[in-house]
Amino acid sequence: MTEAEVRQLVCDILSDIAPETDPAMLSGGRDIREGLDIDSMDFLNFIIAMSKRAGVAIPEEDYPKLFTIDGVVAYLTSSVQPQGTRSS
Amino acid sequence: MPSLGADMESGRLVQWLVKPGSVVKKGDVVAVVETHKGAFEIEIFEEGVVSELCAKEGEELPVGAPLARLTRPGEQSVPKAPKAAPEAIPVSVPLAVEVGRAPGTQAAPLASFVQPSSRPRASPAARRRAGELGIDLNTLKGTGFDGSVTLADVELAAAGGAPPKDPSSAAAPATRRRGFDPNEMRLAIAAAMSRSKREIPHYYLASTIDMSRPLAWLESFNRQRKPEERLLPAALLLKATALALREYPQLNGFWEDGRFRPADGVHIGWAISLRGGGLIAPAIHEVDKHSLQSLMGALRDLVGRARSGGIRGSEMMDPTFTVTSVGDRGAESVLGVIYPPQVAIMGFGRVIERPWIVDGQVTARSLIIASLAADHRASDGHLGGLFLSAVDRFLQEPEGL
Repeated sequence: MTEAEVRQLVCDILSDIAPETDPAMLSGGRDIREGLDIDSMDFLNFIIAMSKRAGVAIPEEDYPKLFTIDGVVAYLTSSVQPQGTRSS
Repeated sequence: MPSLGADMESGRLVQWLVKPGSVVKKGDVVAVVETHKGAFEIEIFEEGVVSELCAKEGEELPVGAPLARLTRPGEQSVPKAPKAAPEAIPVSVPLAVEVGRAPGTQAAPLASFVQPSSRPRASPAARRRAGELGIDLNTLKGTGFDGSVTLADVELAAAGGAPPKDPSSAAAPATRRRGFDPNEMRLAIAAAMSRSKREIPHYYLASTIDMSRPLAWLESFNRQRKPEERLLPAALLLKATALALREYPQLNGFWEDGRFRPADGVHIGWAISLRGGGLIAPAIHEVDKHSLQSLMGALRDLVGRARSGGIRGSEMMDPTFTVTSVGDRGAESVLGVIYPPQVAIMGFGRVIERPWIVDGQVTARSLIIASLAADHRASDGHLGGLFLSAVDRFLQEPEGL
C-alpha cells in the first residue's frame, strides 16, 4: 500500500467508527484516541477493520504503534510486503 | 408505546415496518420509535397477524398508548369474521407507566435515521453521505466488517461503480439524518438523575482489585487470536459482575411500589458515552450465560449500534443493573448514580499501575478500583461489600469466567 492509500483507508475506517468526527482534520502525529475520543471498544473495532482491509495481522503488542495516523502509515507501509503476513 | 426507560414519557412513531395483514412473530422488529435518546427498533412480543395500525407515522404518543392491534394465530382461521377485534390485544408491552408529559418536552422535531433490520447495516458516515447523494442504501452491497455498507461503498456507487443489488428491495423510505438531539438527551439525563438523587438513598462502597492475574491471562488468551476474537478487560469485568449478581440477587432488580422486585435474569445495562454528548445504557441480556467471547461480541455489537442508532427497544426497556466502566483513558474511580428503578450500579475505573503488597513484598501491580452504589432501601452495605468481594473472586479465576 502507498502512504496515500493507507491514509485514505485510516480515514475511511475512522469515519465509520466515529461518524461525528472528521478524521481528515486530525494531524498525523496526534493520538487518535484522544483526538477523536475513541474508547477501547472503538479502538478494537479500528484494529479489526485495519487488519481485515489491509490484510495484516496486528498483534496486540503492536497496538501502541497504531495510536497515531503517522504510526499506522509507518506500520503498514513497512509490514505490508509483497508476501506480507496475512492475517490468518 | 413501550417505555424505553424510566425517564420516557412519550415517543414518536417514526416508521411502521409492518402493515395490516403482516404476519409477525415474537422478536420481529415492527416499528421505529424515536425518543429524546434517539431512534430505537421496536420488537413485538406476541405472535399473530397485524389487524390494525392505531398510530400514524409521525405521531407522538404517551407511554402505554396502543400502537397497533394484533389478532392471535388461532383467530385468523375464521376469515369470514368481519372484525377480529374482540380478541385483539395491544402491541405495546404492559409496563408500569407514568403517563403525562413534562412541559417543554413535546413535539421536539428530532431528525433521525432509522435502521430497520430488513435493511443492510450501514455506517452512519455512509448513511449520511448516501442521504446527501440521494442513494438508496438498499441498492448497495456492503463491504465493511460485518457486511455493513461503508462510506467507500457509497462513494463507489456515486461514481457509478457498484452494481445495484436487487432492485425489487429498493422500496425503502428516504434516508433520514442521524441521531438524537443532544439537548433533548441532556433533559432526559437530567430528569432520570434528578429523580435518582431525589428518591434513592444511595450508599457507596469501593474496593481495589488486583487485575494482574486476569490481565496476564487475557494477554495470553489474545496472543494467538485474530483481532476480532480478542477480548477486552471489559468482558471480564462484565462477566464477573454478572456471576456475582447471581450470588447476590438482592442487587439485581427494581424498586417498585415501596418494595424490591428481583429480576428474572441478569440483564446488565452497559453505559456507553456518546460522542455528541450524553450516554445510554442499553442491556446485554443474560450476561451470566454468555461465554467471554460471545459477551465480547455482544459488547462490540452494542457499542457499534449505539454509535449508529440501531439500538432495539427491548435493550432500553429491561436492564436490571448497570455497569459503568470508564475504559483506558478515564478516571481512576467512578461512583455511579443509580438508574431508577434499578437498585444498584457498578463502577470500574481505569486500570492503574501502583505499588502493591503481595506476600509481604511491595511490587508493581495492575489495579482497578471497583465501586458499588446501591439503594439503601433495598440492601445494606454489608451485602454490598460481599458482592464486591465476589466480583474480585470471580476476576481472580479468569479461566472460569
